[in-house]
Amino acid sequence: MAQIFHPNTNAISRASIFGALFAVVIAGWLLDSFNRSDYWTEVGVPRAQPVPFSHAHHVGDIGLDCRYCHASVETSAFAGMPATEVCLGCHSQLFNKAAILEPVRASLREQKPLQWNRVHHLKEFAYFNHSIHVAKGVGCSTCHGPVNEMPLMWKQNSLSMQWCLQCHRHPENYVRPKEAVFDMDWQPPADQAEQGRRLVELYHIAKLEPAGAAPQEPRKSASASKAAAAKSSPDDYFEEEQQTGAAPVVKFRDPLTNCSVCHR
Amino acid sequence: MSAAISSIEPMTLDALRRKLAERGSKPLWRSLDELAETPEFMEYLHREFPKAASEWQSGTSRRRFLQLMGASLMLAAAQGCTRQESQAIVPYVEAPRDFKPGQVQHFATATSRGGYGLGLMVESHDGRPTKIDGNPRHPYSHGATDVFAQASILNLYDPDRSQTVLNAGRISTWDQWLTELRPALDRVRAARGRGLSLLTGATSSPTLIAQIKDLLQQFPEAKWHIHEPCDLQQHRYGGQTAGQRPLDKLYDLTKAKRILALDADFLGSGPDSLRLTRQYAQRRRDELSSAQMTRLYSAGPAPNCTTAMADHHRPLPAAKVRNVLFRLNQMLSGAEAKWLPSGLAADEQAWVDTVAADLKQHGAESVVIVGDSQPADVHAFARDANRQLGCVGPQGCVRYVASILAAAADGVRPLAELVDDLNGQRVAVLAMLGGNPVYDAPADLDFAAAMKKSSATSIHLSAYDNETSQHCLWHIPALHELESWSDIRALDGTASIMQPLIEPLYGSATKSAHDLLGVLAGEKAPKSAYERVSAHWTQWLKDRQPIANFDVTWATWLQDGVIADSASEAIGADAALKAEPRDEAAPNQDLEKKSPTAKSLEIVFQPDVAVWDGRYANNGWLQELPRPISKLTWGNVAGVAPQLAERLNLQDGDLVTLTLDGRSVEAPVLRMPGHADNCVSVTLGYGRTRAGHVGNGVGFNAYLLRGRENLNSAQGLEIAKTGRKLDLAMTQHHHSLEGHVEWTDNTRPEPVRSGEIADFEKDPHFLQQEFDRHSPPSLLPNFEYSGYAWGMSIDLNSCVGCNACVVACQAENNIPIVGPEQVRNGREMHWLRIDSYYRGDPTSPETFFQPLACQHCEHAPCELVCPVAATTHSPEGLNEMTYNRCVGTRYCSNNCPYKVRRFNFLEYNDATTPVLKLLRNPEVTVRSRGVMEKCTYCVQRISAARIVAKREDRSIHDGEVVTACQAVCPAQAIVFGDLNDPKSAVNQRKASPLNYQLLGELNTLPRTTYMGRLRNPNPDLVALEADRSQAPNATVHPLDPQQLGAG
Repeated sequence: MAQIFHPNTNAISRASIFGALFAVVIAGWLLDSFNRSDYWTEVGVPRAQPVPFSHAHHVGDIGLDCRYCHASVETSAFAGMPATEVCLGCHSQLFNKAAILEPVRASLREQKPLQWNRVHHLKEFAYFNHSIHVAKGVGCSTCHGPVNEMPLMWKQNSLSMQWCLQCHRHPENYVRPKEAVFDMDWQPPADQAEQGRRLVELYHIAKLEPAGAAPQEPRKSASASKAAAAKSSPDDYFEEEQQTGAAPVVKFRDPLTNCSVCHR
Repeated sequence: MSAAISSIEPMTLDALRRKLAERGSKPLWRSLDELAETPEFMEYLHREFPKAASEWQSGTSRRRFLQLMGASLMLAAAQGCTRQESQAIVPYVEAPRDFKPGQVQHFATATSRGGYGLGLMVESHDGRPTKIDGNPRHPYSHGATDVFAQASILNLYDPDRSQTVLNAGRISTWDQWLTELRPALDRVRAARGRGLSLLTGATSSPTLIAQIKDLLQQFPEAKWHIHEPCDLQQHRYGGQTAGQRPLDKLYDLTKAKRILALDADFLGSGPDSLRLTRQYAQRRRDELSSAQMTRLYSAGPAPNCTTAMADHHRPLPAAKVRNVLFRLNQMLSGAEAKWLPSGLAADEQAWVDTVAADLKQHGAESVVIVGDSQPADVHAFARDANRQLGCVGPQGCVRYVASILAAAADGVRPLAELVDDLNGQRVAVLAMLGGNPVYDAPADLDFAAAMKKSSATSIHLSAYDNETSQHCLWHIPALHELESWSDIRALDGTASIMQPLIEPLYGSATKSAHDLLGVLAGEKAPKSAYERVSAHWTQWLKDRQPIANFDVTWATWLQDGVIADSASEAIGADAALKAEPRDEAAPNQDLEKKSPTAKSLEIVFQPDVAVWDGRYANNGWLQELPRPISKLTWGNVAGVAPQLAERLNLQDGDLVTLTLDGRSVEAPVLRMPGHADNCVSVTLGYGRTRAGHVGNGVGFNAYLLRGRENLNSAQGLEIAKTGRKLDLAMTQHHHSLEGHVEWTDNTRPEPVRSGEIADFEKDPHFLQQEFDRHSPPSLLPNFEYSGYAWGMSIDLNSCVGCNACVVACQAENNIPIVGPEQVRNGREMHWLRIDSYYRGDPTSPETFFQPLACQHCEHAPCELVCPVAATTHSPEGLNEMTYNRCVGTRYCSNNCPYKVRRFNFLEYNDATTPVLKLLRNPEVTVRSRGVMEKCTYCVQRISAARIVAKREDRSIHDGEVVTACQAVCPAQAIVFGDLNDPKSAVNQRKASPLNYQLLGELNTLPRTTYMGRLRNPNPDLVALEADRSQAPNATVHPLDPQQLGAG
């Protein structure tokens, strides 16, 4: 029987098989990159609000403290949003005829709450608590960015798990003195690494490492498993110590990256 | 499956006994099927789920299934990339004082148990109640709750709740009702109330009673009836005690060394069961010497929590309780010459005599408890026995108080009179405040027919559009207890204010009984329930302390959940006997004729431990709750003794026709080890037709058999086999621990370790094995815990198997229900289950409970096999599940020797019904399909405590983290805490010589350990029972009717 395909077709078939595999991988990579992109996670995109409330004006120009409106940030998981009466505490006197504030006045008049559009939306299976972060020296601007420069609020960071873990693995890179938590202008000092380690120890931030030890890089997992390893594998917080002649003892390196800290 | 059952020759009791004897000295067994080694049981044992349980359930083909799977995979992939939908943040307009968003608040309130109050502490998340616990300050709660209180939060958010006023089944409005009612009310008023009938449930609410009395004053000829189907002391609503208040008994078991419970489930149900369980368990746990330890005797028709805890349980028909007490009183009085025959068989009488001697020896430190289902004269006998024992009095084991429930003394008339009035067209306006008499009134009254016959304007206030609403002209939706103000009194009279936790979910259409009574009284400007309750208590306070500041006191009452100094005063022993004298002559006539025989069986009606009188029938948590001992879910059965089943050739699930006085129902049979012979026990509350989506058509309606003369038990039942069979949804064989049935291997310790107090005194460590004290070497790595190390101890000596922990776990952790079909496939999702085991002869075995959740092993087999590291070991020793990482291989569950992991085979959580979203605990992820889940030691509570402690820069105190199961436990059987804290309560428990590891021989090093069960049998009775079992066929055959009366 005569050959149906020309011998050259072999090369074409090989190219198309490997090409297809390659295309799938590339497509996956593209999808993943897109999924994490600022465009898709809406990082840096100002969100419209029923009243164009400007943090830049209230925080940056006037110098209101964060806690004036977000009153439960030190005591509760949720930072809190101001009730209408809080807004009108000032605006019954200031700009009390301004058309832009009509929705606020209407809210009180009609006893109907304002509906703000959420800017920072964490997935439901991740549990975040403002109070403990504030109590341990994580400043507002560390996560929310320069709020004092935002006319309309936007998301400064993606809130992805990888982003959270940067700090949970190495809080010393981010913590600041407690008195500077609400300071929008605070900048990390030149010796942040050293200051940070001191604060981690001082504030009893959950790290089990002996004080002063150099922070370890997250281990690269050599084994094959590893969709999960891309995020965080148990290797991140286990450290196996082989003791001669006895069963190995597992020491936990970093309880802040333990799953149940955020997932329940 | 049913075909397989019928093909097997049923095994006779004698054969079962022989099998038991082959298995060594008194082994533990799990069910009659296990003893018989039926193929079904063997399959459950060897497979995690029954055969074909993993298959697609509906008629979908394999190809279609794969298509669906492919599609859902793509959807899942697509979903992973969806942008989060935008969400609104809605702050207050004016925020309430002291309110912090995102922070849990607790409010004290109370609930009703057959009219008696039970103090509650309700957790509220941002204004929505999510979890109910007991109020530690309330004398009948002590911080614990029963299953009903736990589950009632689901009733609040039940999508089937009635939401609008209905006029003859059509949607109407409250105003329409007011308009149309006015002429009828005016006519009634003109006739001084003649023709107005009021029907309520049992109540102790001072405000409600005062309101009704005001109404009756305004309408002197109006009538007030009470119908409480499962208030077993029906005599208080009329009859012989008219004009006098019936007595309530207040037991104090902290001093009781000997307890005789007759047809009484004082540990499992009743308004005081939580308090009595606490007292009983505490003494049982702390007094570990044969001189001090409580000894519990019980005798009664059907097995329950109390019979399971008893050191000696004697199956006994309900009708014979009178005989037992009669004999007991004879023995206690000691006047031998005047003794009349007791009507007991010789062996029964010997049992009573031995018990009586033991009680008499302990005098005032012993107490006789008789169940509420027994008639008034039996209670009088019990009072006499307690008086003779000398245990009545302020310092004794029992006190008597006048009942605080509204009764005949308050002008209450029985239900039968209302039915007569309805039939005689003497009712113009019938207002039913709650209740469901069309469904649950005695069958011979035929309430439905009377309703149809009557031309009265009938009004039904009810949370559900139920069987009775259907027969009424008007249906008014009722408020839930957590939506309205009211008040209530506990058994001892302690009053509580019931305060609402949430605005009415369905707006102003829903009303309370207070509102409806206001309308009937013709109030021009109706007061709110709050105004009524506060006005009543202002007056109460003024009468007592004229100078008190009401606002301050009121705030204290609300905060405490109890009103100080509101308890009733006790009545002395002699006065109590005088109040309800017993008829010396009457019982003797009854002694003989009431004994059941094989020809004329006894039937016992009991409220169901899960749906009670039927009011919780639409509550899925309760429907799916495995009943104590039988482990039945989704339905009720006719319980029979194994020996009766053998004589009648009945197997579990066989449908039989039960006929009593010409009325009959079809019911499935379940053999219950420890059930009284010649007796059938049925539970009420099933067979609802208009309960809602969950409760409709589940089980059979035992009310259809219940006549007005025999509300609690009756003689003359006939039983006939239909030849059909029902596949009961039981969990008894699910998740069987491997190993314990390898009977030949006697060295293997049993899952429940138990022994006698005498052995404990000889060697306190007698239940422990070598590996309980020193863990053997292991290849697996050990962990180093430098912070907390959480652990749990469960005391099997205390656990009464009441199931409260199972529902508490469900409420706390958003655990879904799966329905009867899925339960039959072994897919129930409870993270915590209570295993029950038997020991000894199948006719009257000892029963053991073992609550079992994830053991949080140090060497956890599950952690090793997870390919995606979804289950990991935490630095505090928890064995954690990360749901969003789980891909559902089920390897972990396969490798778990305790069988405590649960897999979401289908999307069991209802994520779409809006009102159910309010129910969820926001601190716990709502798991979706394809995810493995299990007990987390309430990690959300640990996290919450850790955050508070860290904010205050201290460590977590012992007792600061309380798991949901621990909080609810009336017996305090569960203790949780830090193992690294040498002073912690959990370490104290674990230091006990009774401490042991379940399946410790596998060297899994579980963090949860158990304390073995100690029993305190009476040596005289043990000897007596040994003699009896040696007598040929003594236990198998029914009592010979000829023998009765001869003793």
